[in-house]
Amino acid sequence: MNNSPYLRQAASVQSVMLRVLLALLPGIAAYVWFFGAAIVLQIVLASLTALAAEALVLHLRGKPLAIFLTDGSALVTAWLIALSFPPLAPWWLVVLATLIAIIVAKHLYGGLGQNPFNPAMVAFALMIVAYPQFMSRWPGTDAIDFATQWQIIFGLHANQTLDALTMATPLDALRTALHSTNATTVTVASALAHNPAIGLMAGRGWEWVAAGHLVGGLWLVQQRIITWHLPTAFLATLFLLAGLASTINPSEFAGPLFHLFGGGAMLAAFFIVTDPVSAATTPYGKLIFAAGVALLTWIIRSFGAYPDGIAFAVLLMNIAVPLIDMATQPRVFGHKKNGSNHHG
Amino acid sequence: MLAALLVMALGAVVLGAVLGFAAVKFRVEGDPLTEKIDAILPQTQCGQCGFPGCKPYAAAMAKGEADINQCPPGGDEGIRKLADLLGREYKPLSAEHGVEKPKALAVIDEQRCIGCTLCIQACPVDAIVGAAKQMHTVIAVQCTGCELCVPVCPVDCIDMVPVAENITTWKWKYPVVAIKPVTTH
Amino acid sequence: MQLFDFNGGVTPDYHKEASTQSPIAVSPAPTFLVIPLHQSIGGTPRPLVSAGDRVLKGQRIGAADGDMSSAIHASTSGHVVAVEMRRMPHPSGLSALCVVIKADGRDEWIARQSFDYRSHTAAETRDYLRDAGVVGLGGAVFPTHLKMSPGKGDKLDTLIINGAECEPFITCDDLLMRERAEAIIQGVVILRDLLAAGRVLVGIEDNKPQAVAAMTAAVQAGGHQDMAVVAVPTRYPAGGAKQLIRVLTGIEVPHGKRSTDYGVQCFNVGTAHAIHEAINLGQPLISRIVTVAGNVAAPRNYEVLLGTSMEALLTQSQPLPDTDRLIMGGPMMGVSLPSKDVPVVKATNCILAGSKKLFPPPPPEMPCIRCGECATACPADLQPFELYWFSRAKIFGKAQEYHLFDCIECGCCSYVCPSHIPLVDYYRFAKSEIWANESEKAAADQAREQYEFRQLREAREAQEKAARLAARTAAGRAAATNALAVASDATSDATPAAAPVAKSATTPATEPAQTPSPQAALIAAALERARAQQVQPANTTNLTPEQQAEIAAIEARRAQIRAQAHPHLPPDD
Ligand code: SF4
Ligand code: SF4
Ligand code: SF4
Ligand code: SF4
Repeated sequence: MNNSPYLRQAASVQSVMLRVLLALLPGIAAYVWFFGAAIVLQIVLASLTALAAEALVLHLRGKPLAIFLTDGSALVTAWLIALSFPPLAPWWLVVLATLIAIIVAKHLYGGLGQNPFNPAMVAFALMIVAYPQFMSRWPGTDAIDFATQWQIIFGLHANQTLDALTMATPLDALRTALHSTNATTVTVASALAHNPAIGLMAGRGWEWVAAGHLVGGLWLVQQRIITWHLPTAFLATLFLLAGLASTINPSEFAGPLFHLFGGGAMLAAFFIVTDPVSAATTPYGKLIFAAGVALLTWIIRSFGAYPDGIAFAVLLMNIAVPLIDMATQPRVFGHKKNGSNHHG
Repeated sequence: MLAALLVMALGAVVLGAVLGFAAVKFRVEGDPLTEKIDAILPQTQCGQCGFPGCKPYAAAMAKGEADINQCPPGGDEGIRKLADLLGREYKPLSAEHGVEKPKALAVIDEQRCIGCTLCIQACPVDAIVGAAKQMHTVIAVQCTGCELCVPVCPVDCIDMVPVAENITTWKWKYPVVAIKPVTTH
Repeated sequence: MQLFDFNGGVTPDYHKEASTQSPIAVSPAPTFLVIPLHQSIGGTPRPLVSAGDRVLKGQRIGAADGDMSSAIHASTSGHVVAVEMRRMPHPSGLSALCVVIKADGRDEWIARQSFDYRSHTAAETRDYLRDAGVVGLGGAVFPTHLKMSPGKGDKLDTLIINGAECEPFITCDDLLMRERAEAIIQGVVILRDLLAAGRVLVGIEDNKPQAVAAMTAAVQAGGHQDMAVVAVPTRYPAGGAKQLIRVLTGIEVPHGKRSTDYGVQCFNVGTAHAIHEAINLGQPLISRIVTVAGNVAAPRNYEVLLGTSMEALLTQSQPLPDTDRLIMGGPMMGVSLPSKDVPVVKATNCILAGSKKLFPPPPPEMPCIRCGECATACPADLQPFELYWFSRAKIFGKAQEYHLFDCIECGCCSYVCPSHIPLVDYYRFAKSEIWANESEKAAADQAREQYEFRQLREAREAQEKAARLAARTAAGRAAATNALAVASDATSDATPAAAPVAKSATTPATEPAQTPSPQAALIAAALERARAQQVQPANTTNLTPEQQAEIAAIEARRAQIRAQAHPHLPPDD
């Protein structure tokens, strides 16, 4: 028989994870609207892989399947992988990434609640290093029909026409333009002006996907699944850095809205840096952690070799989490100063 | 060149002198390692480790002459702490030195006690009071449960009584982690 | 009035209405009362009665053991049947010493006399309250007299009276305030005077409007300008002493510090009532109000004599058939009792009947996902998941560094945890392990000291003995030399009587046979002394052969044991 408290709030890991999945739906809807249903296919692929891998590992580790398989955490990882990967990536890429995320990044570190690194980001980082050519298969703005997308994903499409169907993301496009041979004459404005992928603020379509994630994320904050600290610190830092840089040198650096609504910034702000297991946990720690991710993201985006640096930024900051948490222990009731020091 | 060498040599001499002086001046009394080890030992003073008391065993461990798994009253936890402190590999309690037992206290059957004072001499912590040819009794709070008094009693009137749990010494148990469904037969 | 806020807290369903529908009922005196001697924090009182004694209602039957303790009284008149170990209302199910009284039904009081605290010193008043057995009735049962020193400057800024009663189901303070507000205020007046308090704030959660009204009326009726009844927002654990102090004054009293040092002190309304009864009516603490609620048909508050069996009390509220456990206290901090057959004690503010439906067993525990819900809910601003991690891994030192002992075990963290981790169980475990370790450490330190002292003493004794021996030997040598001189005189007289002795004592020597060596003389002298010292024990004469044989056997065993015990020492004494 259990001890007090005998009353409990009706909360569970499952309900937390389910609500995270729900919050991803607006972004997914926008995705499908602009880029076709390929993303749904990828989500299904990733989900099935994740559940199978989870079941296998749980079985091997002798853990009860019924409880852990239904906790929803594997699904969240799977959806995040699918959403951060190019939807036209070959099927095996997503499957491989999901396997790595679940088996290596999650379970080899001890399973639910134990992983120091964000599993989805581990998978993303590994894939972009290993298969950069497949990680750029983003769909073009003129939506291709699902049959074609299906064929591309399963490798049934004639390769020569592939380049015509895929297209770089806005971030990618900007990077390529700025780093091209006649880079001296190209400015951010000129690069973006002639690009069909650019919409109101950032990439056409992409900005709406980002808006969808923003809506879902705000709902999560309202549901108290996540606190305001992480997304706010992330977005504010990214905004400030990009704003500052683009004010100083508008021809070299893209503006803040471009950074926030292009690429995976919104997804990261509300769904990736907010992964409770691998993020900092104290209020100040969360601010520092998210600001750090934003800083690294901006640096990698602006100076690095990869178009979007979120995955690397998150992983780098994951390493610093124990230190951040230790240094930012909140003040305990009645105590004067912060910190985890012994008191007399 | 020569000047540099001289300066270096001079520096070395001065530093050496300072260090030597400091070593003499600030010498720590006793061996701190022995003290640290002794602080872990349970102070039962039973001698089961093969030494005449906890301190000698501690000293032997500090010198590396004794193993860390010889103290039965300290038990597994004690060995782990010693392993931690000394940076040695944990090993289970050596069987030849005894087994870990729940703590017990000596109780003298006062009817049978003949007042021989042998137990008083045996008790390492003066936990027994009594005078020659008088009834003896054990001061419970001082008894470490070392059992040294038991064999010396000529009339076998000393019993080791396990310490019963009471409301003040009762401890909350480690919460059972019920993640894995218990397999029942 | 400005109110402050504490962080965290939760708002569970309160379930308070059911037991506030009817007034406090008087639970009838049972035939047998089992009164535990240890009912408060501190030392166990010494029993003052033994089986067969007649006792009166209110008679002291257990005397406080030192100042950190509180007396115990007979709850009704009757005879002591036994002073024995009985099962306690404690999660361990262990027993403790109790005075068992068979009531005679006459309910005959001792001579009751009010205590004029104004004409006594503060120390005398404190002793009086200690001997009247007044302890904190909010559940912590800390002896009240120990909280009665004003602290710095001999006066207190704010006296806080805790009527918040934030735990679900419990309504004993609510009803007490509704029905006996005047008596409570009279107790508060005493507290205010003794502590020289500048102002008094009575904090009551705003879900108890009737209690607030009754208390306000009593304050106004008494014309107390320095008292205010304050409704505080309803949020568990607003009734925790530290939380209430914070809400009413903004002061945070750290763990382990005396609140008087911060200019505040906090007493429960029930305690104030008990103080009134003890001082103004001369009645020691022999009864209290207990809420019986939960899985019962007729939840209600009762005035219960301490020592009444919980089963008898529970029966009056008709527990429902699916009742599967008994909880003392509320659902957030209460403890499951091992049996119904335990007495109501001073700490019993509520008896909660539980069932699977009312308090469903927690869903399976999942790993911590570090969601931080617990930290948001913790009123002590701790990081419960860190404490959990260290307690679970038994890294107690770290747990202490993260302020484990600031945890008030309110249960908010377990309440919100989506992983259903019994967090508080881990803290209870860690705390009791740390306490046990500390007392073990203290015992070891004492043993070390004793052992070292003994070694010193033995060394000193050995030295003294050696000195004595040396002195004795010196004296013996002198005597022997004298004897030798005499002997040589005698030999010259050609009386060789001593010669064979001397011969046998010495080696066939080249020296003159008739001359005994000084050594031999010494040995002889020593033997003589030993013979003289050997006293025949009086009880060894006129023994039967069997007895003699037994003694011989014992002697033999002794010799053997001595040889084993002191292989390097000669048999002594
Ligand atoms: S075995 Fe006995 S004497 Fe030796 S260290 Fe342990 S308690 Fe001390
Ligand atoms: S009384 Fe006996 S068991 Fe206790 S410490 Fe002394 S010798 Fe050891
Ligand atoms: S509420 Fe539970 S799961 Fe969340 S951080 Fe606290 S202990 Fe971990
Ligand atoms: S039980 Fe302790 S750790 Fe948990 S919420 Fe209450 S004070 Fe905080």
